[in-house]
Amino acid sequence: MSGVRLLVGTRKGGFILSSDGKREKWKVSGPHFGGWEIYHLKGSPADPDRIYGSQTSGWFGQVMQRSNDGGETWEAVGNEFAYDGVPGTHQWYDGTPHPWEFKRVWHLEPSLHDPDTVYAGIEDAALFRSADGGKSWQEVSGLRKHGSGPHWSPGAGGMCLHTIIQDPANPKRMFVAISAAGAFRTDDGGATWKPINRGLRSQFIPDPEAEVGHCVHRIAQHRARPNTLFMQKHWDVMRSDDGGDNWREVSGNLPTDFGFPIDVHAHEPETIYVVPIKSDSEHFPPEGKLRVYRSRSGGDEWEPLTKGLPQSDCYVNILRDAMTVDTLDPCGIYFGTTGGQVYGSADGGDSWTAIVHDLPAVLSVEVQTLA
Amino acid sequence: MIRVVLPFHLRNLARVGEEVEIEVTGPPTLHTVLDALESQYPVLRGTIRGHNGGRRRPFLRFFACEQDLSHEPTDTPLPEPVVRGVEPFLIVGATAGG
Repeated sequence: MSGVRLLVGTRKGGFILSSDGKREKWKVSGPHFGGWEIYHLKGSPADPDRIYGSQTSGWFGQVMQRSNDGGETWEAVGNEFAYDGVPGTHQWYDGTPHPWEFKRVWHLEPSLHDPDTVYAGIEDAALFRSADGGKSWQEVSGLRKHGSGPHWSPGAGGMCLHTIIQDPANPKRMFVAISAAGAFRTDDGGATWKPINRGLRSQFIPDPEAEVGHCVHRIAQHRARPNTLFMQKHWDVMRSDDGGDNWREVSGNLPTDFGFPIDVHAHEPETIYVVPIKSDSEHFPPEGKLRVYRSRSGGDEWEPLTKGLPQSDCYVNILRDAMTVDTLDPCGIYFGTTGGQVYGSADGGDSWTAIVHDLPAVLSVEVQTLA
Repeated sequence: MIRVVLPFHLRNLARVGEEVEIEVTGPPTLHTVLDALESQYPVLRGTIRGHNGGRRRPFLRFFACEQDLSHEPTDTPLPEPVVRGVEPFLIVGATAGG
């Protein structure tokens, strides 16, 4: 029988929420690594029992975890992330040069095909790759060295590489996004990269249409249309239909186009979801109403989804890695909040229930659809 | 034999109790004790100091015999009671954060 497994990273540990295909009754496992920040947990598409985890702490630094049995047991793997060559400098908040320095792993992206290959997006922004199940990590340094790296600067949350998308139709193509540098693409398996930010407009940088410097919060792609990308930027929801070469705004009638996550329905490539947040100064839903917005037209026209979500006095945030969709039919959608709730919808967003209410602040949510 | 007391999270990570015993080759110093600890428990590499003998992580402290050794040179010999195994060498997480 089919089922789903939610991998939830929080400020104080990791949790695994499991259900059958009905997605009505849930089993909660955890905390795993209690007391540690679990930035991200993600399973291998090639082997769902293989899960990678980023475990961090202000005291003890970075630990990487790996499970070979679907999260029942874990083993620590390699945690050394050494930049390739002399790291050099990027821009600091005040515009001065600042040495590149590893801080933590924000995002893990296992290979589509090989359980032992996994990518890591780190702060200070760089892309790393392991081909031995996480035991050792090597920088994909063509990204940081393509030329604009010295001009990248951190956003308020740090200079993190948070989005990694492997093109399912072209193994040589990959997309990444960095706060606050922008989006980048390789077409040669990571050897060379170029910024793909044409059409983005950011008022908080001296040249609002600069090649780099945009605070991209998240990018999502539907596997059936790898050239179409959807982006939640610091402000603005954007869309590209040419692999990121050009972007146009599709914020349309959203009550605010600030937010963090964005995702695409598993079976409808033009159905997308965002969670509008009031502003970059007030990180909570407008009017205290937690609303997911859905567009069935790939943007521009949006409808609020509210059934089962709190519609008064709600002041949580939903972080960039904290929304995900399963591949069951109907498609399930899940998101976690900084208030410790994980909400799920088993009907494409029409109605929602809180799977858990009282976890620590949720940093990330990923789902595995199990056969 | 050197007795080393680990903070809660590193005990869990290394899957050991509060205190571990370490054999050190040569004169016990901050550096050689940490080398031996990391050799015996590789999972602790990078969690107490940077990789390859790097700097102490800012929120950790090294105490022994009621002395704070955190800022001492890494080749400082450990106090004699620690070397004899009478007193432990303590790795302490600073009280900070939430």
